[in-house]
Parts: sequence; structure tokens; C-alpha cells
Amino acid sequence: MAEEKEMVNIYIMGKHYKVPYGLTIMKAMEYAGYRFIRGCGCRGGFCGACGTVYRKPGDFRLKVGLACQTVVEDGMYLTQIPFYPANKATYNLEELTPTLGTLLQYYPEMTRCLGCNSCTRICPQELSVMDYIAAAQRGDIEKAANMSFDCIMCGLCASRCPAEIVQYNVAILARRLYGRHIAPRAQHLAKRVEEIKAGKFDEEISRLMKMDRAELQKLYDARDIEP
Amino acid sequence: MYTQEMLEAIKIVEKTRERRLKETFPRLKPEEKEQLLRSFHPDYMPDAMRPVKVGPNKGEKMPHEHVDLLESRSMLDPDHFSLEKIDYDVDVLVIGGGGAGTSAALLAQEEGADVLLVTKLRHGDANTMMAEGGIQAADKENDSPAIHYLDVMGGGGFHNIPELVAALVMDAPLCIQWLESLGCMFSKFPDGTMNTIHGGGTSRKRMHFAHDYSGAEIMRTLRDEARNRGIKVIEFSPAVELIMDEHGQCAGAVLYNLETEQYLVVRSKTVIIATGGSGRLHIAGSPTTNHYGATADGLVMAYRAGAKLIFLDATQFHPTGVAFPEQIVGQLVTEKVRGLGAQLVNADGEQFIYPLETRDAVSSAIIRECKERKKGIATPSGMYGVWLDSPMIEILHGKGTIEKELPAMFRQYKRFNINMAEQPILIYPTLHYQNGGILINDRAETSIPNLYVAGEASGGVHGRNRLMGNSLLDIIVFGRRAGKNAAQRAKSVQLGRLTLDHVKRFHEELQKEGLGQKVAPILLPDYRGKIS
Ligand SMILES: Cc1cc2nc3c(=O)[nH]c(=O)nc-3n(C[C@H](O)[C@H](O)[C@H](O)COP(=O)(O)OP(=O)(O)OC[C@H]3O[C@@H](n4cnc5c(N)ncnc54)[C@H](O)[C@@H]3O)c2cc1C
Ligand code: SF4
Ligand code: SF4
Ligand code: FES
Repeated sequence: MAEEKEMVNIYIMGKHYKVPYGLTIMKAMEYAGYRFIRGCGCRGGFCGACGTVYRKPGDFRLKVGLACQTVVEDGMYLTQIPFYPANKATYNLEELTPTLGTLLQYYPEMTRCLGCNSCTRICPQELSVMDYIAAAQRGDIEKAANMSFDCIMCGLCASRCPAEIVQYNVAILARRLYGRHIAPRAQHLAKRVEEIKAGKFDEEISRLMKMDRAELQKLYDARDIEP
Repeated sequence: MYTQEMLEAIKIVEKTRERRLKETFPRLKPEEKEQLLRSFHPDYMPDAMRPVKVGPNKGEKMPHEHVDLLESRSMLDPDHFSLEKIDYDVDVLVIGGGGAGTSAALLAQEEGADVLLVTKLRHGDANTMMAEGGIQAADKENDSPAIHYLDVMGGGGFHNIPELVAALVMDAPLCIQWLESLGCMFSKFPDGTMNTIHGGGTSRKRMHFAHDYSGAEIMRTLRDEARNRGIKVIEFSPAVELIMDEHGQCAGAVLYNLETEQYLVVRSKTVIIATGGSGRLHIAGSPTTNHYGATADGLVMAYRAGAKLIFLDATQFHPTGVAFPEQIVGQLVTEKVRGLGAQLVNADGEQFIYPLETRDAVSSAIIRECKERKKGIATPSGMYGVWLDSPMIEILHGKGTIEKELPAMFRQYKRFNINMAEQPILIYPTLHYQNGGILINDRAETSIPNLYVAGEASGGVHGRNRLMGNSLLDIIVFGRRAGKNAAQRAKSVQLGRLTLDHVKRFHEELQKEGLGQKVAPILLPDYRGKIS
């Protein structure tokens, strides 16, 4: 019972196309005849390659979305932002300390935030971008790391920031500082690595490697399974 | 948003939910599983495969979509293409910018090599970025590499290559520790203990994760590290052919700049293929979870150079791909949804399979339910699916669990006005993973001197069926091994004259069989004018 496909009008970089209703911007552009090189990566909302700016008729507001996750609407004017030049500091994580000073050393522009909230309004992941930048400004690295965790680095926030902050690069520095220098290390993991290096499992593994299928199958079927 | 018919169908699921909460569907007996797979798994469908007529695997059956590529000719004309002008001259060339390629590049650089990483899309636009569920490693007290070894073997049908499995399980804790030290934010308890859960086919809770952005967290961390270390990366410039030297060693690759449409010649003492999988070939006409660039390019190039492929006849379908809404058909619903207790339910509101059987079995059972038993639910586009009863998770673990534990999933559905915490979701199997690939040994070497392979492009470690969490592991383990070994080898490699004679010979073989009309690698799928 395939539904009759309604068509909608969209304008890709100003050019008119008719496409079936209900498609994502990405699939609509392909339907219209585009073959992506840039502007398309995972096709599933994870990579941030497909940031798109659009406007609807009669509305002065500029909207943004991920082309692979946003459905076309009648009258949409759109263009992709396949690349956005952004400042990325380089650092040796191991030598850093997890402090406000470190964040400021690499991204001093962070302090220029005007609190305009444009980034939060625009984020396709619905993150509180302004608030994670505020946490970073206070040197609360744990909070900045956790609040920004779902960031897919699409760059849309930076494209709208009047203070020219690259929020997602501040965020990954915060997360890596947290993961490396603040979160406690897993003791059981360190212990297991030592055991492996000491050769504790070598004999057992080489015994398993020599077993034929029937022997392995027997052991496999007899495994106890952790509840 | 669900249609009126679907909302009606959901009422049936709600009616049986309370009863099902107490119900455990019996697990399959080995004979039952065998029978189910033979009757319904896409690998066993008689028309799905044919023997390839040329090359190192001549005579072996593989899916048509793979054979089509292996029987295609090169983009280059080997008689006229000039290798005189060398655009890049490096120690180690890494082809592919996913998790395997980036790990390899980092380790090669640590060994002092001059490394070049080339990739087809942007660095990190890759299947690695999309992995939600997690990564396995036996690092808890009640677990051991030996127990992990057995799980991997059993999952792969005991076809796995022992030395590869040994490398996988023994390196696993070391790799997690490496990622931890790079600042990867794994989900941990306050004292630093890793939060680990089960995955399909695990006998211990050894799945480490980072919410449901596990792959993204690993990928963006590795990419950031590569950028900090100044590793050279060329984006939108896929490799289209390997270059050999007169002594039969691999000696570089020809790149194709997708934007300027120019070719570039890279001479390299060693080469690492890390081009990932092949979901975008849409095997058996299936939708896929894979990223845009998953088109088996590495297999095509390595095959022409004489590398052997293994287990390409075993394709992994993920049981729970999105069947509705249409905009995201084929995308992944992570196994963790079942891990947290959601059951699979048919149109009558009844279970029909134990939800955590291996992926091949669950997929087959869903196909049987829809195709043979006609107990599927129709979507407006004419597809069928079964329910994954996600609201059970909230009942079992408390309100808000889905949004907290599965933020990516929750967001995905919310974008299309479905609240998976309150409404079940409709799913159908989707093309997910290339179980096989280019045959390697435990040093990530192929049979061709100087050519290494790591990650989903390689084959052997997972046998005929990979378990969840062992692929993210495999890309780190073998990515690191490939990087280190390739860099060490590069120190003593002497290259001779560069040639494309292997392509010439391959073209002759094609011609004898009357093949070679099409061109491969295809680099990107073509969805122009279609609804993909
Ligand atoms: C949606 C999804 C969820 C998953 N979930 C899990 C999970 O929970 N746990 C788990 O263990 N595994 C999971 N997997 C599997 C796992 O993520 C992949 O198998 C793994 O990440 C592959 O890594 P890779 O580096 O080999 O390939 P990829 O990450 O795919 O990288 C390949 C790279 O090579 C590039 N490339 C391709 N062709 C060329 C060329 N000709 N020249 C240059 N570059 C090229 C690509 O563009 C890409 O950058 C999942 C996969 C998907 C798709
Ligand atoms: S925080 Fe910025 S880069 Fe990250 S997802 Fe939101 S808009 Fe994109
Ligand atoms: S857009 Fe820039 S200035 Fe405005 S709140 Fe966000 S970070 Fe601050
Ligand atoms: S293509 Fe990756 S987020 Fe849209």
C-alpha cells in the first residue's frame, strides 16, 4: 500500500527542484541529481559532515540542520556548509595539566563569549553549548566534558558565534583533559595489562590455539555465562 | 510519526507487555539454529552468490556485488599511465582515515616513520564514527583472554584463524589502556572501574562503552591526537590502485583527487590498507548501516595485486535496522537496546526469538516472521518489520533510562517524532558488517611484501561471524600492529622501479574471460535520481 508521493519544491543554492515529500535534505539533493563528494559522511547523524543552512519562505530566520537528519519542507531554500575554517590548537596532552590555565592558553578567545546563546539555539544535538563554554570559562573541566559529550563536531555553532570561538575544539580539549588527567584510571585494567606482559595467560592461550574444532566446541558449550 | 494503522498495531504490543515482562523465550538448540540459518539467512539464498572467474580466489563463491567489482577493470590505463613524476615520497602510506588507519598512522609515527594518511572523505568520516555499542576486552577479575578467545571462536563458527584471535584477545586490555591514556572517556564508576556489559555471544560482561557514542569517542580522540602530532593527511583523495615495484613488492599507490579529478603518485616503502567495509554495495539489495564510503575499494586494489580474500561469502546483517520512519531506513538500532531488555515482538504481540541469540540467528528469525509466517507489520512504503519493544527498558530499569543510556538512539527517533521510551520501534535486518576481507597474519601482513591490512578490510580474525565489540577492538589491535610493523620494515626496504604491470596482467586475465566492462573501485555509491 505504497502511499502516493506528494512532491515539494525546494531551492538548492537558489535553484528550483521538485522532490518527493518526506525525504531528508541529503536524499532530496540526491534525488535532484547531486552526487556528494563533500557534505556527506556517515549518513546517520554521527560525523557532522552535512551541516546545512536553510530558510523557509516568509520567515526571516536562518535555520540549520544536519542534511542526513532533517526532512525537506515545501519552499525550503538551502545550502550546505561543507567546510568551515576553524582554529584548532595543537598540544601534547600528556604534558598538560587539567586547569583553566590550560584551556585559556590554547583558546584565549574563549573569554570573549557574549552570552548570546546563538550556539545553543543552533546545535543539532540540542546541547547547551553556551553553558559548556561557560563551564570551561570557570575551569570546570569535568562539567564541560560531560555537557559536550554528545558533540559531533559539525561546526554549526562556530559558524554563528559572534565571538569567533570554536566551541567544539574547546570541548574536545576539555574531554581529553578529563579522560586523561581527571577521571580515575581503571585499576583492574592496569593489573590485567601487567599480568599479560608477565606472560600469565601465554600457556593457556597456546593450548587453546592447538585445539581442534571438536575440543573447542566442547569447551564453548560448557562455558558458564555471567548473569 | 506513526500512521494511524501503526498506532493501532502498537496497542496489541502494549496489551501483551505485562505478561511478556515475566516471559523468557527459550534459546535455540544448535540444530534449530542451523535449520533457521539455512532456511532464512541471506548468505544461504541460492541466487545470492556466484564464483569469481579471475584472480587469487578464482572459483570461489561470493556475493554478486563483490564479484562484480573483482571482475572489473582499473580506472587507470596501465599501458599509458606514467609513474615518472612522484608527488609524495614517504616511508609508510596509510590508506583510510577510520579507526584502523588512524591507529596505524599514530604507531608508525611513534616508530619514527614519515607517514602519509590518505582518505576518501574527511578524516574520521568512517564506520568507526558510527559504532554505538562498545568495545570488548577481558580486563575484569572474573574474565581472561582465554575466555574471550572461546567466545570469539564460538561466535565465528570456529572458522577463525587462531593466531589472529590470540593477538586480538591478548592485545585487548593493552589497547583499552592506550585509549584511556589518550583521554578517551569510557563510561566508568566513580573509582575508575570500567562499566562493562554483555553483548550478543559474550560469556562475561566485557563490553566497554562511552554512552552510545563509543566509536565516535574513539575516533575523535584518535583524530585529535593525529592532528596534534602533525601527521600528514590528504582528504578527498582515495587510492585507486596500488603501485608495485619490479621485484614484486608493494611500493605505493595512485590517488585520485575527487575535487580536481587529478591523479597523484605516492611512492612508499610500506603500505597499509585500512579502507573498511562494503555496506554501500547494498548486497542482496539491502539497506545498510554503513557510512557513504564503504565500497570495498581496498579489496579490489589488493586483489589485483595478488592478495587472497577470505570469508567474503559471510555477510553480517544486523537484526535491528530501522524499518520506519522511511527517512532513516537501514540505520542501526544498537544491540544495547536488546541488551537492556527490549524484546522482539510480532504483529500479534508475541515473542518469536530469544533477543540475544547471535546476530545471524536473530536476523533469520525476523525474516522468517515477516516472509513466511506473515506476522510482520507493514510500513507506508510497503516494507515489513517487527517491533522492538523499547518501553520495556523504562519499566525494567526506571524512567529516563533510555535518554540517559541511549542518547543517540533516543535523539534519532525524536527527530522524527517517535518517543522510543513510550512507543515500540519497528525494525528489520540491515546490511552491517563485512565478516571477511583480505587475509592477514598476526603481524597484519599480507602475502605481498610491504603490504599490510588492518580493520574491517582484513579477514580471518572473526571467522564467519563477528561479535559486537570485537570490531572496534580489531581495528585498534591490528591498526597498531600494522603501523608498528610497517614502520619497522620500512627502515630496511629498498624499492626498485615502480610499475603497474600487475594491473596489466589482471586486465589480460579479464579479457580472456570476456570480463572487465565495468570499472572499480567505485569509490562512492551513486544515488542520483533515486530514493536511496
Ligand atoms: C552503525 C555501525 C555501528 C557499529 N557498532 C559497533 C560496535 O558497537 N562495536 C564494534 O566493535 N563494532 C561496531 N561496528 C563495526 C565497526 O565500527 C567497524 O567495523 C570498524 O569501525 C571499521 O573500522 P575501519 O577503520 O576498518 O574502517 P572505517 O572506520 O570504515 O574507515 C575506513 C576509512 O577508509 C576510507 N576509505 C575507503 N576507501 C578508500 C580509498 N579507496 N582510499 C582512501 N580511503 C578510503 C573511508 O572513507 C574511511 O575513512 C559498527 C559499524 C557500524 C556501521
Ligand atoms: S556543539 Fe557545535 S559542533 Fe558540537 S554538535 Fe553542537 S553545533 Fe555541532
Ligand atoms: S555563540 Fe559564541 S558568543 Fe554566543 S553564547 Fe555561544 S560561545 Fe558565546
Ligand atoms: S552525514 Fe554524518 S552527520 Fe550527516
